[in-house]
Amino acid sequence: MSDQITFTIDGVEVKAKPGQTIMQAADDAGIYIPRLCYHPELTAHGSCRVCTVIVNGKPQTACTQPAAEGMIVENDTPELLEHRRNLVDMLFVEGNHLCMFCERSGNCELQAMAYRLGILAPKYPYFYPDKPVDSTHKDIFLELNRCILCGRCVNASKDVDGKGVFDFVGRSIDKKIAVNSDKNLKDTTMAVTDKAAQVCPVGSINKKGTAFKIPYGSDIEHKK
Amino acid sequence: MAKPKVATASLAGCFGCHMSILDIDERILKLIELVDFDKSPIDDIKKFTGRCAIGLIEGGCANEENVHVLQEFREHCDILISVGDCAINGDIPALRNNIPLKECLEEAYLNGPSVYNPEKTIPNDKELPLCLDRVYPCHEVVKIDYFLPGCPANAEIIWQALVALLNNKPLDLPYEIIKYD
Repeated sequence: MSDQITFTIDGVEVKAKPGQTIMQAADDAGIYIPRLCYHPELTAHGSCRVCTVIVNGKPQTACTQPAAEGMIVENDTPELLEHRRNLVDMLFVEGNHLCMFCERSGNCELQAMAYRLGILAPKYPYFYPDKPVDSTHKDIFLELNRCILCGRCVNASKDVDGKGVFDFVGRSIDKKIAVNSDKNLKDTTMAVTDKAAQVCPVGSINKKGTAFKIPYGSDIEHKK
Repeated sequence: MAKPKVATASLAGCFGCHMSILDIDERILKLIELVDFDKSPIDDIKKFTGRCAIGLIEGGCANEENVHVLQEFREHCDILISVGDCAINGDIPALRNNIPLKECLEEAYLNGPSVYNPEKTIPNDKELPLCLDRVYPCHEVVKIDYFLPGCPANAEIIWQALVALLNNKPLDLPYEIIKYD
């Protein structure tokens, strides 16, 4: 009895093990909850809010909220679709997301989420922010125009690599990713084999010399 | 009954989206049965001859002429569609948006590594349309009714949108044809 939790997602009964989040239980049950910052191998950050579901009438992020006995979760509703579209729209206008020449186009989680949500154009005015590119490291370049502040590199570097190369600085619209150095990425302990170099959902942390290796049309998006 | 009219324009774009219109291949014969082209680079009609059902806009607004053309399209077209990423977000021309215009012009005409300009002049003939301070997406200048993303917007999305709108059907674009690249 106590080693299994039963709850519902959109009326479908789902079983969860104690300690599992709504997201983990949904994934095990084959129910998809849209997400952006969540990565199954990393500590959940709960920052993008795309996985917001309604739990017993209140909004909660599915990646951080533990499953509990009898909870009623709403996931696939018109209101949440609109909420998720608004969030993704805001991410697009706050950065400079130009898929046309991005190395990650066709293999980008932000782009894939926008396609999934059926976004044809963001509804908000574009910011066109002035963001830096750090290409000092011999194997990696950091493109902050495309950063969505998901926190994956921060957690991967801290928890998996044990290095703490990345962290957030600033608040609100001034929030950004900074590297643990007075200067640039090359002056940190970052290595191309680090977990932090593998987990970026967008085209912000890129391995040099790997761009456009896959011909247009045979990438993940175009193969669907 | 007269056929509905379609007008098209390329503002700060590369004509790639107009190439995509031609990319509908043999369906262009069917399109000609459905519509007449009014003001458009495709038939080289320079001035509107009357009211149009649909206006297709490629490119964003980089100078005052782009704004005038766009406003003229809004006046003459029942439905105005932003076609392609430049019209929707400025795309490549908008890379100048976080650099002051003065710096852009000085780099292009005075300081660029391959510039030969002994008179040190920046073009300012009154015939030249003035550059805007930045490149504006079309929907930040006039009301836009529909958006067809892509760089270029692909032939399929343009075709399906035109057929749906000309038949008074809702624009229900399938997931597979929405692409931003």
